[in-house]
Amino acid sequence: MSVSPAPAAPTPSLTLGWRLASLRAKTEGLPWVPIGILATLVLVAAFADFIAPHNPEIGSLGQRFKPPAWSAGGSMEFLLGTDHIGRDVLSRLIFGARISMMVGFTAVIFAGVVGTALGIVSGYLGGWVDHVIMRVTDTWLALPALTFAIFLAAIVGPSEFNIIIILGIVYWTRYARVIRGEVLSLKERDFVRLAIVANCSKWTIMRRHLLPNVLNSAIVLATLMLGVVIVSEAALSFLGVGVPPPKPAWGLMLADGKKGLMAGYWWLTVFPGVCIVLMVLAANLLGDWLRVKLDPQLRQL
Amino acid sequence: MKRFVLRRLGYAALSLCMLSLMIFLFVRVTGDPTVLLVEPGASRDDLAALRTELGLDRPLVVQYVSFVKDVVRGDFGRSFYYRTPVLELYASRLPNSLLLAVAAMAFSLLIGIPSGILAAIRVGGWWDRGGKIFGLLGLSMPSFWVGLLLILFFSVYLGWLPSSGSGTVLHVLMPAFALGWYFAAAHMRMTRSSMLEVLGSEYVKLARLKGLPEALVITKHAFKNALIPVLTLAGINLVLMVNVAVVVETVFAWPGIGRLLYEGVAFRDFPVVQATVLLSGSMIVVVNLVVDILYAVIDPRIRYER
Repeated sequence: MSVSPAPAAPTPSLTLGWRLASLRAKTEGLPWVPIGILATLVLVAAFADFIAPHNPEIGSLGQRFKPPAWSAGGSMEFLLGTDHIGRDVLSRLIFGARISMMVGFTAVIFAGVVGTALGIVSGYLGGWVDHVIMRVTDTWLALPALTFAIFLAAIVGPSEFNIIIILGIVYWTRYARVIRGEVLSLKERDFVRLAIVANCSKWTIMRRHLLPNVLNSAIVLATLMLGVVIVSEAALSFLGVGVPPPKPAWGLMLADGKKGLMAGYWWLTVFPGVCIVLMVLAANLLGDWLRVKLDPQLRQL
Repeated sequence: MKRFVLRRLGYAALSLCMLSLMIFLFVRVTGDPTVLLVEPGASRDDLAALRTELGLDRPLVVQYVSFVKDVVRGDFGRSFYYRTPVLELYASRLPNSLLLAVAAMAFSLLIGIPSGILAAIRVGGWWDRGGKIFGLLGLSMPSFWVGLLLILFFSVYLGWLPSSGSGTVLHVLMPAFALGWYFAAAHMRMTRSSMLEVLGSEYVKLARLKGLPEALVITKHAFKNALIPVLTLAGINLVLMVNVAVVVETVFAWPGIGRLLYEGVAFRDFPVVQATVLLSGSMIVVVNLVVDILYAVIDPRIRYER
């Protein structure tokens, strides 16, 4: 039986108007608000050295507690005011975006890789391997995430690198649970059975057949976890077990800002919080959109 | 039923064992445990002597067995900072945490249940959309930032509420709201979906066909049944609230368990940290067990599953 080649698709005239129309069709319905927020934050984080007007870690005590430019006593030199040792709040926020991004993305990816791998292994191999991994997951989930993270941070001490590892260790279970569930149903499907018949090794089946099929869910989960991880990092830094001072992490800025709270230095508390909320909100909105788009099964999650 | 309960008990016991093992191992794998278990400021000779005294030179298995023995006896060691047994310290803080959790729960239910019901009655309407935005904000605004904003507004500008400490009803309002805020969103979503399910059921249809006024259908027939899953969630969340309030308690200097954990970390008081974490995990394991068993008592279908 010969298969006739499919008729070539009619090549549309590549006019500018057509290209624009096709671009519009492709991008229709994209969640522009969260994408815009995240893109801005990524750019700010990447070019922090060029954008920031001052050094984020060095201030002068003569300039301490200056209010934002538009209120009485403020100056254009410090657009969003200065903190308790005279550091520029805007510059700290800008460099803080870099820290949040770095910690957030790396921790989410680290947790995602470990969790997805263990989820696939647990779901596909089944038996005692599954039992062990799932019992460990249960135990992990019995500890509130933040308590667990604080415990680990108390043992290893604060540093940016440690925070990433700690958040990864705390949050991998969220992936493992969901991915395992998906693998349980995937492994009954015909393409996996055919792969077994074709004498594929277990390793090949997990890597070539199962992994690509659970990737969508893993990406959706990762986006949703980004918000959780960023809030956790901020909370740990706020408590003094996260990113160590004088680094300009947003959570650390809130902790510093608390020193001026009762004196009414509101800008030290409001601005870092707004940054955290914007970033987390953007991640959650994007995650929700992706969930509906990529993975209808996760809609009720 | 007996088999179900026994199996669940077994799982819970296993979880507790693994929890203690996990904590035990994390302390010992990540470096020199003497640094954590011995008071800060001890000299090198003291360290060597204490290592032998604490038995850290024995094999891990022996160490673990004696660790579990102590824990079962309720001996979590002495706090380096307060110089009292850790368990006493924990017990003295627990009532404060419970008070905060109950108040936070009241807030979250007062906000969550009515808004959830309204969202379910008017699906896709204005209320429903507002509720979705609220749910998203609840998820995105960290509770400690909510707390800081509350202090800024109610203590600094208005001067109505005390910004920290405990003792009066006024002290509990702000931390309870900050803690309940996050859970309010969860309770709203649960109320909404549970109400929607009940409103689609046969007996609600019958009540409507009977000609009952809609208000009566919703309050008497739908709401009461929709409440069951919400209250279950609330029960689990109450225990969670006791254990996740670290940051809120730190913001408001509320003398609960969370604050104890924070102090433990800040003063390098490791016995306190270890005990708080272990007890917090155990509490949640036990609550999950109780909920599972209660569910099986109420609903026989669950008993025969698996």
